[in-house]
Amino acid sequence: MPPTLEQPGISHAASDPMRPEPYFVASVSRETHDTFTLSVEPANGVPAAGFAPGQFSMLYVFGVGELPISISGDPEQAGRLTYTVRSVGPATQALVSRVTGDWLGVRGPFGAAWPLEAVRGKDVLIIAGGIGLAPLRPAIYHILRHRDDYVRLIVLYGARSPGDLLYKKELAAWGRSPDTQVLTTVDYGGVNWRGRVGVVTTLFRHLRMHPDKTVAFICGPEIMMRYVITELEENRGVLANDIYLSMERNMKCAVGFCGHCQYGPYFICKDGPVFCYQKLRGLLGKHEL
Amino acid sequence: MPRQFQRGTTSMNSLEPILAKHPFFEGLDPAYLKLLVGCASNVRFDPGAYVIRQGEGASHFYLIRQGRIALETRAPQRPPIVIETLEEGDILGWSWLIPPYLWRFDARIVEPTRAIALDGKCLRMKCDENHDLGYELLKRFAHIVTQRLQATRLQLLDVYAPNA
Amino acid sequence: MGPTVASNRSVIEVEGIAQLIALLQRRGYQVAGPTLRDGAIACEIINKLEDLPAGWTDEQAPGHYRVKKRNDGALFGYSVGPQSWKKFLHPPELQLVELRRDGASLKILHNHSVFPHFAFLGVRPCELAAIAVQDRVFQGGRFTDPHYDGRRGQVFIVAVQCTQAGPSCFCASMGTGPRAREGFDVALTEIIDSDHHLFVAEAGTKAGAEVLKELHAVPATPVLCQQAEESIRHASVQTRQMDTAGIRDLLYENFDHPEWDNVATRCLSCANCTMVCPTCFCTTMEDVSEVTGEHAGRWRRWDSCFTQSFSYIHGGSVRTSSKSRFRQWMTHKLASWIDQFGTSGCVGCGRCITWCPVGIEITEEVHAIRGGGVNAAPISKGDNIHELA
Repeated sequence: MPPTLEQPGISHAASDPMRPEPYFVASVSRETHDTFTLSVEPANGVPAAGFAPGQFSMLYVFGVGELPISISGDPEQAGRLTYTVRSVGPATQALVSRVTGDWLGVRGPFGAAWPLEAVRGKDVLIIAGGIGLAPLRPAIYHILRHRDDYVRLIVLYGARSPGDLLYKKELAAWGRSPDTQVLTTVDYGGVNWRGRVGVVTTLFRHLRMHPDKTVAFICGPEIMMRYVITELEENRGVLANDIYLSMERNMKCAVGFCGHCQYGPYFICKDGPVFCYQKLRGLLGKHEL
Repeated sequence: MPRQFQRGTTSMNSLEPILAKHPFFEGLDPAYLKLLVGCASNVRFDPGAYVIRQGEGASHFYLIRQGRIALETRAPQRPPIVIETLEEGDILGWSWLIPPYLWRFDARIVEPTRAIALDGKCLRMKCDENHDLGYELLKRFAHIVTQRLQATRLQLLDVYAPNA
Repeated sequence: MGPTVASNRSVIEVEGIAQLIALLQRRGYQVAGPTLRDGAIACEIINKLEDLPAGWTDEQAPGHYRVKKRNDGALFGYSVGPQSWKKFLHPPELQLVELRRDGASLKILHNHSVFPHFAFLGVRPCELAAIAVQDRVFQGGRFTDPHYDGRRGQVFIVAVQCTQAGPSCFCASMGTGPRAREGFDVALTEIIDSDHHLFVAEAGTKAGAEVLKELHAVPATPVLCQQAEESIRHASVQTRQMDTAGIRDLLYENFDHPEWDNVATRCLSCANCTMVCPTCFCTTMEDVSEVTGEHAGRWRRWDSCFTQSFSYIHGGSVRTSSKSRFRQWMTHKLASWIDQFGTSGCVGCGRCITWCPVGIEITEEVHAIRGGGVNAAPISKGDNIHELA
């Protein structure tokens, strides 16, 4: 049963970006050995905040802390926000340990989204590594739902091992959609794995691309994104202006007040997390920036 | 000869367009293709077969036309690790090019695979006779070796590891 | 001749300052002002004239600060202390949210229904500039911090123009001092000599004009006004300068300059510079909960880019070396701040120089990155400083 809500003294609530709103956990499902997908709904019965693909929320676990988590659900599914969380430490462990009916504090959504409107009429090449598929999934949902607005959809997805692949059934289903190509690979495979083995950049050799008609959306570990950008720019002729990536830095506030997520002149939280690569050229790969 | 090796019956004449179409030979001077086709044969493998075995003589390299092959390495008391898979458009093997011409990995067939096998000794001979052909082949191998080295470096970083 | 000596100046005696404090208190303000505490001139809530550091000054140099007795009774005869007004507008620790769990009921309370009304007495021009910088951080963007906004909107500011510059000061080269022209309700210029001890006052706002009227301040003579301007001009002669020409690109383009390695051999990553800086705004969040698990709180605390944990992301910190942290601090302050907020993050108050335990001078580091090498800055001592007996 969802908790009831009392909010004394909320006259400033609408204007306080630091104040979480209470949501309850509507479902939790296991994706892999360490990764879970949680869906939350507002505790007060009001429809959940809408979001744009690529945006994130701050999720607060009572007394434990708050974490920036990308929204991984369908942007057109009203009333619910979905997150895919990998347990890598005490705070994420606390988050994935929530059960149905538990509540979470939610702030947001925050940040810049994938430029889905601006790239209409193009081939969209989505390149994801590991948990990086989560913030791209809403973009994939959007493209599949508005299929006529885009030409080809290509998804390249790399994970550490077969057991680490997210959304396996959906990947297969997306691959069966018209004008859609889904290629997955893993860095390390066992003898029983029948799929591809090799880092995500090795998938490029299976593609025929139209570089002048292609936009690329990338999310994954920073080093992986750097390798992918090298491949796109140097070997495939995709322009920096047509490459978008989602960056990660420490975030405490999500609204540019805490200073933690600075990346050169940018705040990842409010100028990003999605950036056009043209803006980050010269910053990406700088050691200890 | 590798185990479960099945030599095809396709004539040399019909192999030439197949060679020409394979990405590895894309844009190659047709005169060279004519030279190479004399070293080529059509092959087919079933899942589970080992095309090459670590330590054995590297007599051929393969232009993969269809299917999937896993490159494996073995360590004692551990299951084999697949370090890379190869498929349509890829090539398998460059040990035929470099002494002592021994395979460094196992290659196991994952999906039914069709390929063109090129005889290493035959190729080396033609390259020795025609250095322009040799240079052209080396450039193409160097490109693939570089790509695989880059990929191996990224793989070594283990970027998705829990504490990466 | 002072070009802007206006005729609407008035004069307040020392006793008028006591009346000003009382008047502001009557109007419901908590008056914050300079006071001698723990061997330094601090910013604290004050009650009366006698709380001000009359007859005290400060001796500053890189890594050096001492309070000293003056040979007069000046109320504002020092440059700047370690603290700034930041601590009132952007408190060092603040509870943002309070959460209570009671069975299935959840209460999310927050902490800003009532904000304190502060009156600041003795705000230096560089500090006014620092407040304007933080206004841009917390009020000027897409999001407004209700905590800062709530405090800032109600503050009454009595500025004090500078009539002497300390050896750490470089406001003149940053364009933030020694004379304030805006950002205050009332601005005072202290005149102290063998004949007088009084304050030339000007109003910056309607509220400031009302307060001066209520104090029955008498009009200032042109001679006094001119004397006030002359003494401010005296403070614009500063031994320390920041060369800000093209500074944003200079720092962006010198990410790999060897001076960062050099400064890293001295920097202790102690974070003092960020704690004393009147514009540094970074914070972290802390979550506390009671043992019963029914009550939890989120606190915001000042943080520093000099800590290892500041840049922590899953897997480790981005900036592990003290070199990278110093570079981040200085590049942010002087370069990326301009991109982020349309202004430098440095106001030339010199606190980071004075309070650096190893005497790192931001002005000299910029000089070194320009290719000038690191020199020890010339330290000139004030001329009215006497050793404390």
